[in-house]
Amino acid sequence: MEQERKMKAGIECINAGKVFVTPEGEHEVVRNLSFATKENEFLVLFGPGQCGKTTIINMIAGFEDVTSGRILADGKKVEKPEPSRGVVFQNIALFPWMTTMGNVEYGLKIRGVKKEQRRAEAQKYIDLVGLSGFENSFPVQLSGGMKQRVGIARAYCNEPEVMLMDEPFGALDAQTRYLMQEELQRIWSAEKRTVIFVTNNIEEALYLADRIIVLTNCPATIKKEYVIDLPRPRNLVSEEFLALRREITGILDSSQED
Amino acid sequence: MLKKKKWGYTLASLVSVVTVLAAWYICINVLHLKAETVFPGPITVAKTFFQKLYTKAPDGATLLVHLASSLKVALLGYALGVVFGVPVGIMMAWNKWVDRFVRPLFDLIRPVPGLAWIPMFILLFGIGIMPKAAVIFLSTAVACIVNCYTGIRQTRQEHLWVGDVFGASDAQKLFRIAIPTALPMIFTGLRVAMGAAWMALVAAELLAASEGLGYMIQQGRYSSKPALVFVGMLMIGLVGLAMDVVLHWLEKKVAKGMNAE
Repeated sequence: MEQERKMKAGIECINAGKVFVTPEGEHEVVRNLSFATKENEFLVLFGPGQCGKTTIINMIAGFEDVTSGRILADGKKVEKPEPSRGVVFQNIALFPWMTTMGNVEYGLKIRGVKKEQRRAEAQKYIDLVGLSGFENSFPVQLSGGMKQRVGIARAYCNEPEVMLMDEPFGALDAQTRYLMQEELQRIWSAEKRTVIFVTNNIEEALYLADRIIVLTNCPATIKKEYVIDLPRPRNLVSEEFLALRREITGILDSSQED
Repeated sequence: MLKKKKWGYTLASLVSVVTVLAAWYICINVLHLKAETVFPGPITVAKTFFQKLYTKAPDGATLLVHLASSLKVALLGYALGVVFGVPVGIMMAWNKWVDRFVRPLFDLIRPVPGLAWIPMFILLFGIGIMPKAAVIFLSTAVACIVNCYTGIRQTRQEHLWVGDVFGASDAQKLFRIAIPTALPMIFTGLRVAMGAAWMALVAAELLAASEGLGYMIQQGRYSSKPALVFVGMLMIGLVGLAMDVVLHWLEKKVAKGMNAE
């Protein structure tokens, strides 16, 4: 039973690939990608460069089609976006005309949840991401880090089975980024979910991941896989951490020389 | 500090108005570059303005009656134009079928200036409120359609994806995402349309009317009362400004959080 549940809940990519057809010709961005998530696993897709990674998230979310292979969610083919797969966007994509509360409760509102109930639910996640007191602020009034907290709360509030995070901290300054990594680690420990997290920052990957899939650049395909079983919260300067960091950076360097 | 600066800006605006008034006064009343019977000075215009509030000569009505007559026509045509133009512009941007259906007609009508319709409308409706309202309706509708269309087209793909993730229907995405995105542009459309409506109206009244500010200006010219022409122009400017201020205020109330991102 337990085995079956783990098989069902989650994302499975089977030889997934994506080729964009442009006037200049065909452009392959993802090739032969196969992996499956485990329940409540924090899976990081780590890779250099600009192309491929966002497309993978977009395909899992259902924003874009695969051009070869299959992507399954809960054993069913992904055809369109679903509330069961929450997304945290790289450029956050909050609705600027809504307050923090409005943005976070948006999904519940669409589902027709009654006002009192959805307010309470949204408040829980606003508190969880540390934004108590900013419920009535508009996005323009928030800093970059705070905006992305709203983005995370919005995705959480809809209680998705899987969270897709596309370089959520990519637009933040280094200091805020560290802070947000710690925050995400704390939030995820408090509210466990299966997470697929894309990044090009090795430290971020090592700090957050249960498992890292290292991708090549353009077309993105799996280079190597690491299970990270260091205790949490992780020490960024421990021996093991630094050794892993050196190793993964090393295989990336060699892959770029290919 | 900031408050001080704000006062400075207000002062700058005041200075420009006062400078123009002073230059006007000096040219006419001090240097006498033109006779006041041809080009009246600011004091004569101000006097005429107050007189016109209760005098009916030479055009048969007081200033406020003319103003009311102009506003009535303008607001009627404007309201109809907004009610028609805003939904059409939004639907053209949202739905390709509507776009393809409306576009050929729209592209054909758009380059025809509002005034060019007047002769046809006079033939159709005679000289009453109708031809003018129809011209204003057209000018308003065109401005609304163009701006609403552009506004809806600015909707960000990610915002629509957020709607998709949460299972929003097409209508929910339109009303909760696309229209809020477009609101600032929709308001720009309403303001541009208001300006266009007001201008089209006065021009129409110059051509065909028996009442209204444009008619009053025309009568001022015929009866050699240039000050009356100035009063009419001044009134048109003031009312246009007032309407813009009201719409701007309304926009700030409605489109919260949208002034910067």
